[in-house]
Amino acid sequence: MKSDKLKFLAFCLVVLLAPLPLAGGYLTNVLIFVGINGVLALGLNLLLGYAGQISLGQAAFFGLGAYGSGVLTTTYAMNPWLAMAVVAVCVAAFAFALGFPVLRLKGHYLAMATLGVGVIANIAFNETVDLTGGPSGLSGIPNLSIGGLIFDTDLKNYYLVWSFALVMIFLSLNLVNSRFGRGLRAIHDSEVAARVMGVNARLMKVQVFTLSAFISAIAGSLYCHVMTFISPTSFSFHVSVELLTMIVIGGLGSVYGSILGALLLTLLPEMLRTFHDYDIVVYGMLLISMTIYMPGGLVAGIPALFRRLLPARGSNA
Amino acid sequence: MKKLISTAFAAFSLFCLSTAALAAPPIKIGALFAVTGPASFLGEPERNTAQMVVDEINKAGGVKGRKLELIVYDTGGDATKAVQLANKLIKNDNVVAIIGPSTTGDTMAVAPVADKAGIPLVSCAAGSKITDPVRKNVFKTAQNDALAVARIYEQLKKEKKSKVAILSVSDGFGSSGREQLKAQAAAYGIQIVSDDTFGPKDTDMTAQLTKIRGSHAQAVICWGTNPGPAVVARNAKQLGLAIPLYMSHGVSSKKFIELAGDAAEGIRLPSGKVLVADLLPKNDKQKASLLAFIKDYQSHFKAEGDHFGGHAWDAVMLLKGAIEKGGDTPAGIRNALESTRNFAGIGGVFNYSAKDHAGLTKDAFTLVEIKKKDWVLVK
Repeated sequence: MKSDKLKFLAFCLVVLLAPLPLAGGYLTNVLIFVGINGVLALGLNLLLGYAGQISLGQAAFFGLGAYGSGVLTTTYAMNPWLAMAVVAVCVAAFAFALGFPVLRLKGHYLAMATLGVGVIANIAFNETVDLTGGPSGLSGIPNLSIGGLIFDTDLKNYYLVWSFALVMIFLSLNLVNSRFGRGLRAIHDSEVAARVMGVNARLMKVQVFTLSAFISAIAGSLYCHVMTFISPTSFSFHVSVELLTMIVIGGLGSVYGSILGALLLTLLPEMLRTFHDYDIVVYGMLLISMTIYMPGGLVAGIPALFRRLLPARGSNA
Repeated sequence: MKKLISTAFAAFSLFCLSTAALAAPPIKIGALFAVTGPASFLGEPERNTAQMVVDEINKAGGVKGRKLELIVYDTGGDATKAVQLANKLIKNDNVVAIIGPSTTGDTMAVAPVADKAGIPLVSCAAGSKITDPVRKNVFKTAQNDALAVARIYEQLKKEKKSKVAILSVSDGFGSSGREQLKAQAAAYGIQIVSDDTFGPKDTDMTAQLTKIRGSHAQAVICWGTNPGPAVVARNAKQLGLAIPLYMSHGVSSKKFIELAGDAAEGIRLPSGKVLVADLLPKNDKQKASLLAFIKDYQSHFKAEGDHFGGHAWDAVMLLKGAIEKGGDTPAGIRNALESTRNFAGIGGVFNYSAKDHAGLTKDAFTLVEIKKKDWVLVK
């Protein structure tokens, strides 16, 4: 337990100091989106990595959060913090209601149903032009602010987004080590066995689905206030798949794995820009080799790699 | 060994110093184009053209003796990426101005970033939202949809047709066009009797067209970019729809005629003058620029220059003019851009002002008809 706390504190320190060597360069801006993607990946990992329930519709909750906050703060001039809370609760309630029928499905059928939710939401963002601005997007969304402090620079937004991320990570770490978290893992291993052991599988699956939607909605609200502009392409099916890739690469069933996956998938395309037109090929090959050689994701793969590269030190320790 | 290294180092630094003294550093211009992804039909010719024009300017001695350096990034048509890359151009590459992005969505996302940093942005996207309301640092070269709509309605009014059916694609281009079609109808005494949309990837529009056939429409206006409108043209022919079919400038390239085949015959559309450059009268202000651009593009890429590439041509040339006049600082370029008058480019004759950062009038469009797989001017 104690080492877990140390690990979290060390992680906080890294997050706190990370922007310093970047000196306000554009990588600070990229790290903001690493934070947002990290939160989204975390939401999906609780659902898929722990409870074993797939969702290909995370972009829907992300988009509902973003559009909810966007519309409420522009058209209805609501306070952004209030809007964020209202939207997160509404999206969670929607997910709760949706969860009961949808989570009766298993495996491929669940994937199909959640995919449907994602696609329908995207069509709704596109077609409700009067409300969302349609395909050409919604602009003029205000930045968040506390008192006189307006989050209008990359550095300020970085700390804003990552404080949210750290809180979510802390809560998730506690959650997965609680009775609830153990219940989720039991469902993952065998739903029937979990039921026999007295776990209310059906309710718990809906609860974790709701939680995952809640987290995604908050990420959406943050995204819209950081970007100050949103359009439906940012919440397409592609985003849901990218999130799935993040947690598979980072490590299923690992809180830090979600963040690591988000970091890698957001940062890697930027690093590969030196390859110009071939960046997509290199990107694809890296992803393929990572899934082949690190099937447990980066969180399991990197320590294993070190052990293999440094066998002498490994045996001494 | 140590001595050798230090000598080499000294020689190297001397070399660096001497080259720096010889040539003034290049002026860096950033560019964001959707070279991949669904909007690559815009981004690809734009990138090709921008690079071609910059190379040529440099070959001719640069701007006031200084070379231009074009730094191009691919947004993939993704707004989040566009914002990250705009930040990269501004903060890491220290560009003095940015060309692009290619799509209205990307431009709307990048506009606040450019405005905050005080870097002039010359967008190649068409949406009228980009410059309405005017943002201090945001300009654009692509013609407003509003102007294209005006050109079509003008023609319909001349032919005394007052009932139209509109059919638009459900993306940024289509919804912006639809908005303009509805907003301007009353001013031309036109009544919209049917208003339908289709998805960007739909492969059959028979249902919408059947509905239109049942209405009293005297003309159909279809607003979209390839391939949707080609499907509309084919379906309309299959259904034997007898009323005239108008398209938007979104399909004004040979590609559309290829896709629609025989069904393209007789279709009319407003288009930038680049399609019909050789048919234009000699006194047309744009003729010289247009012919130069077409010849250049043909010799570099063995393909016909279209008006998408033209947007990038205009952007680079406008910036070149602004740098000559206003110097190499972002603020100087911005002010010089705003005072650009009578610049005859590919998209039209640009007159920017403090109130107008789009700079074109409806003369930028000419109405063309497709006859024998080629364009002719509608008189």
